[in-house]
Amino acid sequence: MSRDFDWPEFLFLLGALRWTVVLSLIAFVGGGIGGLLLAIARTSSHAILRGIAAAYIGVMQGTPVLMQLFLAYYGLAVLTGIRIDPWPAVTLAFTMYAAAFLGEIWRGAIQAIPRQQWEAAAALPLSPAAQLRHVILPQAFRIAIPPTVGFLVQLIKGTSIASIIGFVELTRAGQLIVNVTFQPMIVYPLIAGLYFVLCWPISLVALRLERRIDATLGIKQHP
Amino acid sequence: MPLLALSNIRKRYGSNLVLDDVSLDVEAGEVIAVIGRSGSGKTTLLRCINGLETTDGGSIVFDGKPLPPGGADLRELRRHIGIVFQSLNLFPHHSVERNITLGPTITNKVPLAEAQRIALNVLREVDLEDKLHAYPSQLSGGQQQRVAIARALAMQPRLMLFDEITSALDPELVGDVVKVLERLATSGMTMVLVTHEMGFARRTADTLVFMHQGRIWEKGPPRELFAAPKTPELESFIRAVLDPND
Repeated sequence: MSRDFDWPEFLFLLGALRWTVVLSLIAFVGGGIGGLLLAIARTSSHAILRGIAAAYIGVMQGTPVLMQLFLAYYGLAVLTGIRIDPWPAVTLAFTMYAAAFLGEIWRGAIQAIPRQQWEAAAALPLSPAAQLRHVILPQAFRIAIPPTVGFLVQLIKGTSIASIIGFVELTRAGQLIVNVTFQPMIVYPLIAGLYFVLCWPISLVALRLERRIDATLGIKQHP
Repeated sequence: MPLLALSNIRKRYGSNLVLDDVSLDVEAGEVIAVIGRSGSGKTTLLRCINGLETTDGGSIVFDGKPLPPGGADLRELRRHIGIVFQSLNLFPHHSVERNITLGPTITNKVPLAEAQRIALNVLREVDLEDKLHAYPSQLSGGQQQRVAIARALAMQPRLMLFDEITSALDPELVGDVVKVLERLATSGMTMVLVTHEMGFARRTADTLVFMHQGRIWEKGPPRELFAAPKTPELESFIRAVLDPND
């Protein structure tokens, strides 16, 4: 027996949307911390640190996120010896995935800062940590806004893959509703719309942030 | 005892010997102008003095102590040696004031209010106190270089290094920067300048150093060197810079 798509179904989707948001947020924040450490390691003068960070980023970027998800899910299960909840597996997998990509984006932003800025800071003479904190990272931050936001949006949409191991986020919830309503052409456009409503404002806010920083620094606006 | 003593400095880039047995003493209060063709090693020499470049031989002694190879010891020494570069490298994301207070507050642990007073004082010395709250992109190249001088002065250095600081400027902006340099020289600051401003070198420097092929080729009071160069290399260099069409 099927039932029609109605308010209860819609509320069910909204409830699942919450998990998409929570998963994205944890992955972005956790991945952001990991990514910052990776970016600093990748640009440091220690060859071993650079090598470890490069290897991690290489492996994570060179393997499908779906495999990472499976490995986290079954790997945790094997390690703990029990069949586990998908929740820790998806947060672990997406955090590690985000760390690699953010690390690489931010490495590029750090390396885009001219060598002379490091020299001027070193001559001041700021310590290496102070050079990063007061001179390099704030400038890299501005450069990193567009690619970081681009990645965040990809990450939010990418969390739909978590549905494959049974984690009920927005996409998985949509499949469940379609299974009982048989109305895919109502449910899936609605879900696409919900993703859009989530992602679009983020891009807008980022653009405004860029403009505000540029205006403060007296940099001319690009049309 | 000289404030700075360079002895037999050697520096190699690959097989290229860019500094070949360079020795130079800088007395406290002395103003030394280093001139020479591009590639003669003058910028490298300057950068060796505060450890931005490592040397492959010889010794650098500042105030009786050898230059530390790096780390916190080198940082400690750099507090006393200010440098202004050719490229405009104020920190573009900080206001003029913050550019100047960064060193005193973070390195010297001076309270912010005190550092801000220092900032205003050094900006007065370069005639830019009205630009306290401006950002670097709102300044002309010459103003940026004067702020860079002020930023270095805020650390109250005992030696100032200037690396062709007017070379990247439009000609009409050079004058104000040179004026600041001359004022600084008169105030008794010990200065080593790599420069192409021959007028300034002749008027203001106590000692002129002509570098050629990584060596100090000639050295002496600027008037004597300009009037009677001993080597054909300096003679042709002077001719080239004073009358490029000759």
